Amino acid sequence: MLLLQQIINGLMMGGIYVLVAVSFTLTIGVLNFLNFSIPGIFMLSAIMAWRALENGWHWGLAIPFGLLVAICASFVVERFTYRFMKNVDHEIPLVSSIGFLILFENLVLVAWGSDQQKFPSLIPDLNIRAGGLIIGIGQMLSLALALLLVIGISLLLKRTQLGRGIRALAENAETATLLGIEVHRIVPVLFVVTGLLTGISGILFAMNYQQVSAAMGDVVGLKGIAAMVIGGMGNIWGAIIGGLLIGLTEVLSIYFFGADKVDFYVYGLFLVLIILRPQGILGSSAATGVKL
Amino acid sequence: MSGYAEAILLMLAINVVVAQAGYLPLAAGQLNLGVAGFMAIGAYVSAFVTNTYDLPIVLGIVSGAFAAWLVAVLLAVPLLRASGIYLALATFALGQVIQAVFLNLEVVGAAAGYAVKKHASFSLIMTTTATVLALVFLLSRTRFALYLTAVKNDPVVSDLFGINVRMIKVQAFSLGALIAGVGGALYAHQYSYLEPQNFNILLSVYIVLYVLLGGTQTVLGPILGAFFFTLLPELLRGSEQWRYVVFALFIIALMALRPQGLITTELLRRLTLRRESKG
Repeated sequence: MLLLQQIINGLMMGGIYVLVAVSFTLTIGVLNFLNFSIPGIFMLSAIMAWRALENGWHWGLAIPFGLLVAICASFVVERFTYRFMKNVDHEIPLVSSIGFLILFENLVLVAWGSDQQKFPSLIPDLNIRAGGLIIGIGQMLSLALALLLVIGISLLLKRTQLGRGIRALAENAETATLLGIEVHRIVPVLFVVTGLLTGISGILFAMNYQQVSAAMGDVVGLKGIAAMVIGGMGNIWGAIIGGLLIGLTEVLSIYFFGADKVDFYVYGLFLVLIILRPQGILGSSAATGVKL
Repeated sequence: MSGYAEAILLMLAINVVVAQAGYLPLAAGQLNLGVAGFMAIGAYVSAFVTNTYDLPIVLGIVSGAFAAWLVAVLLAVPLLRASGIYLALATFALGQVIQAVFLNLEVVGAAAGYAVKKHASFSLIMTTTATVLALVFLLSRTRFALYLTAVKNDPVVSDLFGINVRMIKVQAFSLGALIAGVGGALYAHQYSYLEPQNFNILLSVYIVLYVLLGGTQTVLGPILGAFFFTLLPELLRGSEQWRYVVFALFIIALMALRPQGLITTELLRRLTLRRESKG
């Protein structure tokens, strides 16, 4: 029974990783750009929502405010990374996005210090108890929200004009331009979408674990990268599987082997997969496959 | 020399060494985000050897470097199946795994940390740094450096011209790890206490930043990058966080304005030409 409880907790945590992994996978799949600023944006949205709540704002205003900051931050990252990435080595935008991660974290440290702050619990602390299992309503809602968002993104990509543009860009930027797709308009929108997704995951994390800190994005962000790779880079459905799998691996390795060994198993799985199956569990062949 | 200046110089020496560890793979087009892992291997192995067998520090450095090199050679063949961003991610995961291994290795103190009994003298660290730099400079004068650039710029054409691309890639990767091992061993015997958390992803990222800021085309680039990164925070007095804010802004600006790094072969050529025309 305890094991089953751990599996449930793992899936709940996995929901957060799913959203972060989708953000990573969108920028990798479309632009072949590993956006390291995502953990910073994750943290920024939660911290800004926390500040707004501390100043007495209603949560209905505080949460959109956090999301707005996340979107703006993501937009600024686009201006200074992707725009300059033409004709340079592929590691350059990655390095500038690391610059943004360091910038965001240290700005927050300057303003509010490194202490872990308490984030008020916005969802009533209700639990469903079924046959000895405890399922938190808040966590369940956020897992459901994460899955819904991913389905939404996937519909957006499949059904809308914007989605078709993004998929064309993912296939081949040059051909997309020739076919009249305005790449310079689509890319900023893509960053707005990933900023929003990352922001939502940051606030969900803060609500579920009732804490925020300047460093909160680091561990989640790195696990999000692992989730993306395991599911298959550039594959949205893969991000779901990867995220949930990382959540499960994490709690199960804590359960069976102890907390110190978690990273060994999570990143060990990541390392073995990227060598043996770089396209991930769901990804099609990396060289020729259809992305997104 | 004051204690402060000496401490800065020692930190600078170690950073200059590890910058070369990031440079060699990058010169062949490999972004190694696991350099800190190889540093950890060098640090722990050298510390274990000097602690347990009471060997001189020099032998500790050699064993640490050899251990890091050996791990890199064994892992290079599967790892280098990946390239580009996949390789960067694979090395990132490798760094995390190595860190997790030391976090659980009881024989070197696991999470509690590991005290290093012997302390390296100032002159030993400086001599080692000078030796590493001299060797890398010599290497940059050989055809090997040319092969690295060729493999980086176009692996397919390099292959057609008869370069053993896989061999060059493995050599660049494992030589980088060897130097990272030396850097780690110096670190261990300078700071006298090792914790797995010291060798995290951020350290790897900083090492890569030294190289990219300085420029990947010359051996001088990473040295300048390491100087810059070590001395800039010291010059920017004030709170530590503000230093990093300025530092981050600098990274972003430099990557946007001069993505090829501060020093390029073009720049060196122009500088030397000017000097010749004056003379």
